[in-house]
Amino acid sequence: MTVVEFRDGWELVVGLEVHVELATNTKMWCGCSTVFGGDPNTNVCPVCTGQPGALPVVNDQAVRDAALLGMALNGEVEEHCWFHRKNYFYPDMAKNYQISQYDVPLIHDGYLDVEVELEDGTLDTRRVGIERLHMEEDTGKSLHVGDTGRLHGADRSLIDYNRCGIPLLEVVSHPDIRDAETAQGYLRELQAIVRATGVSDARMDQGSIRCDANVSVRRIGDDLGTRTEIKNLNSVRSLGRAIVYEADRQIAVLEDGGTIRMETRHWDESKGVTETLRVKESVTDYRYFPDPDLVGVVSPPEWVEEIRALMPELPAAIRARLSEAGVPMAQAITLVSGELMPWFDEAVAAGADAQAVANWLTGDVAGQLSTEGLTLEDSGLTGTHLAELIALVDDGTLSTKLAKEVLAGVIEERGAKGPAAVAEDRGLQQVSDEGELRAIVEQVVATNAATVEDIRAGNNKAIGALVGQVMKATKGQADPRKTNELLREVIG
Amino acid sequence: MAADLVTRSATQLAAALAAGEVSAREVVDAHLDRIATTDGVVADGDVWAAKDAGALGPDEVHAFLQVTATAARGHADDIDRRRAAGEVLGPLAGVPLALKDVLTMRGAPTTCGSKMLEGWIPPYDATVTELLRAADVVVLGKTNMDEFAMGSSTENSAYGDTRNPWDLDRVPGGSSGGSASAVAALQAPLSIGTDTGGSIRQPAALTGLVGVKPTYGTVSRYGLVAFASSLDQAGPFARSVEDAAQLQSIIQHHDPRDSTSVPQAAPDVLAGLKDGLEGLRIGVISELRGEGYEPGVARVYQEALERFERLGAEIVEVSLPHAAYGLPAYYLIAPSECSSNLARFDGVRYGLRVDAPTAEEMNAATRAQGFGPEVKRRIMIGTHALSSGYFDAYYLQASKVRTLIARDFQAAFESADVLVSPTSPSVAFGLGTKTADPIAMYLNDVATVPASLAGIPALSLPAGLAEAPDQPGTALPVGLQMMAPLLRDDVMYRAAWAFEQDLSFDPTPAGPRALAAGSWRPTTADNGEVAR
Ligand SMILES: [Zn+2]
Repeated sequence: MTVVEFRDGWELVVGLEVHVELATNTKMWCGCSTVFGGDPNTNVCPVCTGQPGALPVVNDQAVRDAALLGMALNGEVEEHCWFHRKNYFYPDMAKNYQISQYDVPLIHDGYLDVEVELEDGTLDTRRVGIERLHMEEDTGKSLHVGDTGRLHGADRSLIDYNRCGIPLLEVVSHPDIRDAETAQGYLRELQAIVRATGVSDARMDQGSIRCDANVSVRRIGDDLGTRTEIKNLNSVRSLGRAIVYEADRQIAVLEDGGTIRMETRHWDESKGVTETLRVKESVTDYRYFPDPDLVGVVSPPEWVEEIRALMPELPAAIRARLSEAGVPMAQAITLVSGELMPWFDEAVAAGADAQAVANWLTGDVAGQLSTEGLTLEDSGLTGTHLAELIALVDDGTLSTKLAKEVLAGVIEERGAKGPAAVAEDRGLQQVSDEGELRAIVEQVVATNAATVEDIRAGNNKAIGALVGQVMKATKGQADPRKTNELLREVIG
Repeated sequence: MAADLVTRSATQLAAALAAGEVSAREVVDAHLDRIATTDGVVADGDVWAAKDAGALGPDEVHAFLQVTATAARGHADDIDRRRAAGEVLGPLAGVPLALKDVLTMRGAPTTCGSKMLEGWIPPYDATVTELLRAADVVVLGKTNMDEFAMGSSTENSAYGDTRNPWDLDRVPGGSSGGSASAVAALQAPLSIGTDTGGSIRQPAALTGLVGVKPTYGTVSRYGLVAFASSLDQAGPFARSVEDAAQLQSIIQHHDPRDSTSVPQAAPDVLAGLKDGLEGLRIGVISELRGEGYEPGVARVYQEALERFERLGAEIVEVSLPHAAYGLPAYYLIAPSECSSNLARFDGVRYGLRVDAPTAEEMNAATRAQGFGPEVKRRIMIGTHALSSGYFDAYYLQASKVRTLIARDFQAAFESADVLVSPTSPSVAFGLGTKTADPIAMYLNDVATVPASLAGIPALSLPAGLAEAPDQPGTALPVGLQMMAPLLRDDVMYRAAWAFEQDLSFDPTPAGPRALAAGSWRPTTADNGEVAR
């Protein structure tokens, strides 16, 4: 691995732990719904509230989802794995132990290639190793009333167990990351892969994907330094800011002759700082042991292949395909991360030029939608509409300017009418009927004798004035190229 | 009539019910009357509560923690109505049963013998409870037990001791002492207990009953409040082998809500029940031949082996070389699992809560007050055994021993169909005599834990009576343990039935301090050798 200098003489070392909430219909161990946002304690049952005597049963879909994501991250599926209990007391964890995987996770040894744009605009691929993906369960949510808003010192606490038992997949990277951009790229790419595989909506704002960063610094060439764990990173942007802040903080401490404490730190987004959450004086003893309520998970090779066959096209492959079709990388990234590919593929399948589709989707479509505050899905615009619009421009029926108006019209109609129909209804077609246009041109030539003489004398630029006249007469709907041709023909 | 009903076996009652000779309501009322006169309950209202421990008389058994009298009568009436309407009912429809208070039953408290769960009404039925209801077995109430099933005498209950109907100054064994005493006291023909390291077999031995721990995984644990998940198994108590087999047939069922429930069909324990001993090889375990057993127990065991031989079984000697490590391994694995299983009792969601300024302090105060000393001891042992630095030496090592014991059994079953040993090293001991010495108490389980660790089926049935060493002239039940290979509960039942037929043990408690049986007690056995 090449050394990336973070600050003068210092190297940054980051590993990420990403929790992905799987979008299964039901929870990890019971039949309760996983729908986000229900009234507190409505999606609960004896199992997920840890009632005495209740027992967990593994959600098969969660295992399938975990295996799919693991394979998307180039990991290997363990043929025999099992669950352990991680024992610790916390009120929002109903059983006071979390069922998790310990010595043998479902997936091990994957990696993710992250493309980072260098200062000169070229792309550099950085491979980040993934140690493991393990299955576990989410906890409930505590609401602490009074005082600090945290458990300690609260007047009283309320607990919502709706989230308790929702399947989680923890993706643990190796400490291979050397700069904030790679960390951000890793998280963004992971999000894109999670979405592509459909195992989660990966929404950081709803907590369906959560990221903790282990950050340390060292003088170049030294052994790994003491790391701190940063929590409460609610966006890709926070991740980058927090890493840079924390690394600078650690460097300052070390340069002052101090030492870094092993601790968990909380990222305060508004202040832009990390603060001590709790000090890890010693390694917490979770007393892991195999959960006797569950039997092992067996993933025979046939089963693994069955899951692998469900693998959708992944973001990196899509970007490569776009690039081959001539779509610039910046647009390709937008198409993938913005989840615009279904529209792109539909438009291209309907015969449109890839480059043109990419331009429209990342340009005017995105612009108009953002003005209207709409998602592409809600706009009613389809890939077929887009292909039709592009064809209308290509055959001269619409100018680019008119096409934008037609697009707005289609969106206004929420896709109930296609571009051709909208153009027709609103009279937005270019006048390209030769007979009609010739008549207008002849009239313009007849009424502008002086200009015509000028042109005949060799002043080619003067023709612009006549084109303007024709446009005025057709309310801008004349095809400029055709108008030009006809003027020259009539003037002779 | 009513009095005579309580002495009948479940099978006899079922036949009388099916023939219309008696109604389910009459059967249930007879048993409720027996409970009201012998158990020490306040027989009043819909649910009869047990008297406070201090208020119990010296002749009151205290098998029940609560008796769901109105619900039981209602169920009986419903059964009678449906039977009258011509509905086809299950083989034990209308037969009453006592349920160990470690299995949940909607609408009635489940305490697990602990103050920690006082007042908790479970929001769901255990699978066993559901199966019993579906079979129209009438649940009379919930029985006393060692707190969270930890103990061998039922003296660890937070609600007072249960007494042994054979000698009211002695323990019924444990942890399912309430379920055992209820059946021995003729308060119910059947009961359900749970067995983790011998908690059905040992009390069955001490109260002269048949008690069975089925193959691990054949009876669902859903709704069984866990002590040690990898060992816990519910099973029947009865006064005859056939009754136990009938009850096991009802409760053994694959359950998709229990991941450890075996998917394959459980063995039919009724089909070949009466096929006799012919051709069966009875394996005598060299390591469990009687060292450290009371002389009376050793004598009855020897007689049992002779009986087998006389009945045409082949006696073979087998060895379980690692059996000696069973007890220490068990007392590491079970506490380890318990330390985690009992973590959920924290005052947050149900049961006891002792208020304190912070959540952590509330947890600690609740657990300090809610758990009794034996539960705390095991939680501490288990927490220690799982701690980093000790895990390998304790939990992991014990798990290895467990595997070795399972292999020992596999090898032994190559030369024998059923293995036998005494169930318990002693007859019922006096109340309070072992409570101060946990190790002495743990030694009760020496013969029963190997089968628990291996998951194989095992039962105890009466093999005769013996004198208690501390009280000359007494005659107390001695149990014989039988073990069979995984999922071969049927072979074990078959051997037990043949043995029982030849022995003709009278399960009605007798002796100077025995529970007064009433005038309906048979005075003589009607065939064969009389055991006492
Ligand atoms: Zn649930």
